[in-house]
Amino acid sequence: MATAEDIQKQIETLQIQLDSLKQNARTKIDKMSSEVKDSNPYSRLMALQRMGIVNDYERIRTKSVAVVGVGGVGSVTADMLTRCGIGKLILFDYDKVELANMNRLFFTPDQAGLSKVDAAAKTLSFINPDVEILTNNYNITTVESFEKFLDAIRLGGIEKNTPVDLVLSCVDNFEARMAINTACNELNLNWFESGVSENAVSGHIQFIKPGELACFGCAPPLVVAENIDEKTLKREGVCAASLPTTMGIVAGMLVQNTLKYLLNFGEVSNYLGYNALIDFFPKMDLRPNPQCDDRWCLKRQKEFQARPKVDIPIVDEKVTEIVHETNEWGIELVSEDVKEAPTVSSTGLKLAYDPINESKSNEIPENQTTNDDVSLEELMAQMKNI
Amino acid sequence: MVDEGTKKTLQSIPLLQTRASPRDKDLWVQRLKEEFMALIKYVQSNKASDSDWFRLESNKEGTKWFGKCWYVHNLLKYEFDVEFDIPVAYPTTAPEIALPELDGKTAKMYRGGKICLTEHFKPLWSRNVPKFGIAHAMALGLAPWLAVEIPDMIEKGIITYKEKGETSS
Repeated sequence: MATAEDIQKQIETLQIQLDSLKQNARTKIDKMSSEVKDSNPYSRLMALQRMGIVNDYERIRTKSVAVVGVGGVGSVTADMLTRCGIGKLILFDYDKVELANMNRLFFTPDQAGLSKVDAAAKTLSFINPDVEILTNNYNITTVESFEKFLDAIRLGGIEKNTPVDLVLSCVDNFEARMAINTACNELNLNWFESGVSENAVSGHIQFIKPGELACFGCAPPLVVAENIDEKTLKREGVCAASLPTTMGIVAGMLVQNTLKYLLNFGEVSNYLGYNALIDFFPKMDLRPNPQCDDRWCLKRQKEFQARPKVDIPIVDEKVTEIVHETNEWGIELVSEDVKEAPTVSSTGLKLAYDPINESKSNEIPENQTTNDDVSLEELMAQMKNI
Repeated sequence: MVDEGTKKTLQSIPLLQTRASPRDKDLWVQRLKEEFMALIKYVQSNKASDSDWFRLESNKEGTKWFGKCWYVHNLLKYEFDVEFDIPVAYPTTAPEIALPELDGKTAKMYRGGKICLTEHFKPLWSRNVPKFGIAHAMALGLAPWLAVEIPDMIEKGIITYKEKGETSS
């Protein structure tokens, strides 16, 4: 049994360890400096200005981003944004760190058992104390938490009473994606959806601007199961596989486009896929579905159509027309300005099934609930006493 | 896509009509009534065909559901608590049915004991929004899951039979 002295000694050792940790952490920095010095955490980022990639990199400190889901993709996403010096990060997750997560990046075994948001916040503020980090530990798909979620992103901007600049979905299930979709359609907030397939060898990011680009409900994913056979349920192993590589790549694609969007450089991809098996990165635009089930999406579509179309901003610098002396192969540039979206995407996509006409049923025998004049309470009681 | 057995089960469950989530005040009450009517009908027909296998009730708002389900294997009845929330995007997204006491005991589960429905149930659900409700989720989601997973877990000794009165898990 440990004596009081032993414990005293132990406390002292721990105190020393704690102090040394504190000394290692850096203090906050008021202004990002572009000074090239080993001790300047922002020198390599500010160099982006010198290289002519970004104008005024420091604007990133005025940006607030919500990261929903702090798992394989979300934690790396938050890590990257933190290192880039983002102004504010709002994290959402209701899960705990588990040893089974260790095949992914960011979390360490000693964090097992901690809530993902708290563990992440601790690491992130150690990496960069300049970033304001807020944590939310709840499941956004439940009715009561959803209201909290709405408020958190509606009022999460750097300035008081402004929304976050962007929402990043890094969740692993359809329900949570639809919850984010509902929220962002209602609040008219731009967001990125991201995902990695269950077999870990493909992923994608999708930019969603309510009304302008397809929302998540416009073209929901469909697990195509042709035959309902209970034997197909029996799959060996766990429900989902995962690889740190695929998740890291998807997080990289996500944050790269986030930076481009927030700091106005390059071209933001509307949809970028990744097929790891053949290293194929398909890119496309998804336009809104005029028959979307989400009525807020339809409202946003109307608003977007009513808005005068903004011309593509004219870049100040003069672009000199490049004239090639020969053009042996007859290569020509085709203008992509006209983006009249096809309702059904042109290549490789087909409708998996016809949308249900709500007054008609297909293949399921007609047998509807009839609404007799019974009250809900009576029905609840009846169900209870059955 | 729908086999004969499934079709038969489906016939006993009335289809729903109202597309509403718990955030749609009055419409939700309408939807909730349809949910209860479908559930009552389904349980009654289960009882009539001697295949009664679950009881459910909800909180006052109809957003949280809980109850029991059971599975008979080799003449022994195994009973489990079942619970789920109605998601905000309901009925576009199906409820995520959970059997908390089996959490961690099978790979066919997500955190918190939510059963894995991706393969056999979600495609069917998404093709039938808003006609499918909780009763359909029980019949086409949970029932086939139990039929596959429970015998397997019993065989592996992961779950054992409990006498009446003993608490499960």
